[in-house]
Amino acid sequence: MFAACADPGQIEGLTWLVCYLTTGKHMAFYASFGTVLLLLAITAPVALAFGFVGAMASRSPVPPLRWLGLGYTSMVRGVPDIAFFLFFVIALDQGLEWLRHHAMCPDWTDPVRQGANFIVCTQAKLPLSSAPQFWHEAYNFGLAIFTFSIVFGAFAANVLYGAMRAVPRGQLETAQAYGLTPGQTFRRILVPQMWIYALPGLGNLWMILIKATPLLFLLGIEDIVYWARELGGAKTSAFAYPHPDWRIWYFLALLLFYLAFTKLSEIVIARLTRRLSRGQAFAP
Amino acid sequence: MKTILLGAAALALTATITIAQDVRMGTEGAYPPYNFINDNGEVDGFERELGDELCARASLNCTWVTNEWDSIIPNLTSGNYDTIIAGMSITDERDEVIDFTQNYIPPANSLYVALSEDADLEGGVIAAQVNTIQAGYVAETGAMLLEFATPDETVAAVRNGEADAVFADGDFLKPIADEDADLSVVGAPVQLGGGVGMGLREGDPLIEQFNAVITEMKEDGTLNTMIKKWFGDEAVIF
Repeated sequence: MFAACADPGQIEGLTWLVCYLTTGKHMAFYASFGTVLLLLAITAPVALAFGFVGAMASRSPVPPLRWLGLGYTSMVRGVPDIAFFLFFVIALDQGLEWLRHHAMCPDWTDPVRQGANFIVCTQAKLPLSSAPQFWHEAYNFGLAIFTFSIVFGAFAANVLYGAMRAVPRGQLETAQAYGLTPGQTFRRILVPQMWIYALPGLGNLWMILIKATPLLFLLGIEDIVYWARELGGAKTSAFAYPHPDWRIWYFLALLLFYLAFTKLSEIVIARLTRRLSRGQAFAP
Repeated sequence: MKTILLGAAALALTATITIAQDVRMGTEGAYPPYNFINDNGEVDGFERELGDELCARASLNCTWVTNEWDSIIPNLTSGNYDTIIAGMSITDERDEVIDFTQNYIPPANSLYVALSEDADLEGGVIAAQVNTIQAGYVAETGAMLLEFATPDETVAAVRNGEADAVFADGDFLKPIADEDADLSVVGAPVQLGGGVGMGLREGDPLIEQFNAVITEMKEDGTLNTMIKKWFGDEAVIF
C-alpha cells in the first residue's frame, strides 16, 4: 500500500507492523467487519418483521393461523441455534435446487440423491456454476441472512406476543366502547403502546444477535472469525510477512470489538427506553 | 452506423469470451507452499501457478475458489466448483468417488515433526489433518490420532504440547521445521499415496484436456522447474 512496503524483507519495527497491517489480506479482514454490520443491518429489521407477523398470527382468532404462529415460535425457539443453522441452510439450498431441478429438467432420469451426494442438473444449480464468484458469495450471504431472520424472528415473535398481551386490557375495552373496529384498535391503540413493553426483550435479542454473528463462519462465509484465524495462523517465509502463531492477538481484537459494540448498544437501548417511558404513568 | 459497428464489435467480443469454458478451481488455501492465501488475500502457491498455466494452455477461463478441506470432495461432486487442486494425493478410496488426472507431483515423502528427538511416534499422540492419507496412516499405527480441520492447527498442537508430533506432507512440514528452531523432523520419512493429482467429477470430459496439458508440461520440463521453484532443489521431480 505504501511505497516503503515494496520489499517487506528489508523493513522492520514499526514500519514493518504498519506495512503488515495494511496488506490486502488485512484490508479484507477490515472489510469483513462491514460484512458483519451489513448482516446486522439487514437481519434486525427483517427479523422484527417476521416477529411482528408471527406475533399477529399467534393471537389470531383463526385457529390454523394461530397454530402456524405458535408452531413457528416454539419450534425454532426449541432448537439450538447452531443445529438449526447447519440444518436449515443446507435444507433451504437443496430445497430450492430441487424445485428448480423439477421445473427445468423434467427429462432427467438419474436420482437427485446418489449416496451422500445431492446432484441436480447444471441449469438448476444455485447460483449457476458459470456465475461470477460475487454471486456465489452473495447467495451464501443471502441464505445466512434468511436463516438468521427466521431464528431471531421467532424470538422476536415471542417478545412481541408478550408485549401485546401486556398492554392494559382497559385501553382495549375503552377503544371498543368508542366503537373502534378490531383492526383500528390493533393499529391505533395496541401497537403504539406495546413497544415500551417489548423494548427490554428486543434489546436483549439485539445483544444476542450481535453475539451470534460468528455463526457466519460456520456457514463458510469469510467473516471476521475466518480472517482472524487465517491471518493469525503461523506463517512461513512462503509469505511476505512471516510470523509465529498470532491467533491470540487476532481473537483478542475480535473480543474487544464485540465488547465495544455491545456496550454501545447498551447505551443506545437505555436512552431509547428513557425516551419511550416519557409520559408513561406506570412505566416498567 | 457507429453504434451498429460498436454493437457488432461488442457482440464479437462477448462471442470470443464465451468460447473459453468457465472452470471453477477449488482449493483449500491453507497448505503452503501447495496453496495458500497470500498477503494480498489471493490464492497463491505452487498449485495457483500450475493451475493458471494449465488453464492458459488448455484455453480455459479459470476462477479460484477456496473451500475447507473436510468438505472439499462433497462440494466438488455437488457442483460448487469443477476441480480440486489442493495437494490431494491420489488414493483408491478417493478414486471411487471422484476422478483424478495423472499426477502433477510424483509420490513424495510424508514426515513427522516434533519438539524433541525422542518423541514417541509409535505410541504417542500424533496430530494430522482430518481426511488426509497421513491421518489414515496414523490411525493404523499404534499411535493415538489427533485430527484437526486445518494444517496450521496440526502444527500449533505440537507447539503447545497437545500432540507429540505432527504427521503431514514433507513439502508442507519442511519449511516449517527449518524456520522454527524448536521444531525438527524426527523419525524416518514415509512414502504414501500415488502422487498428487487434480480431482474432477466422475466422467467429466475436462479430464482429458487437463491430462493432455499436464503431459505437455511434463515433457517440456516446465513442471519440474515449477516443482523446484516451490519445493526446493531436493524435491522429487519427474
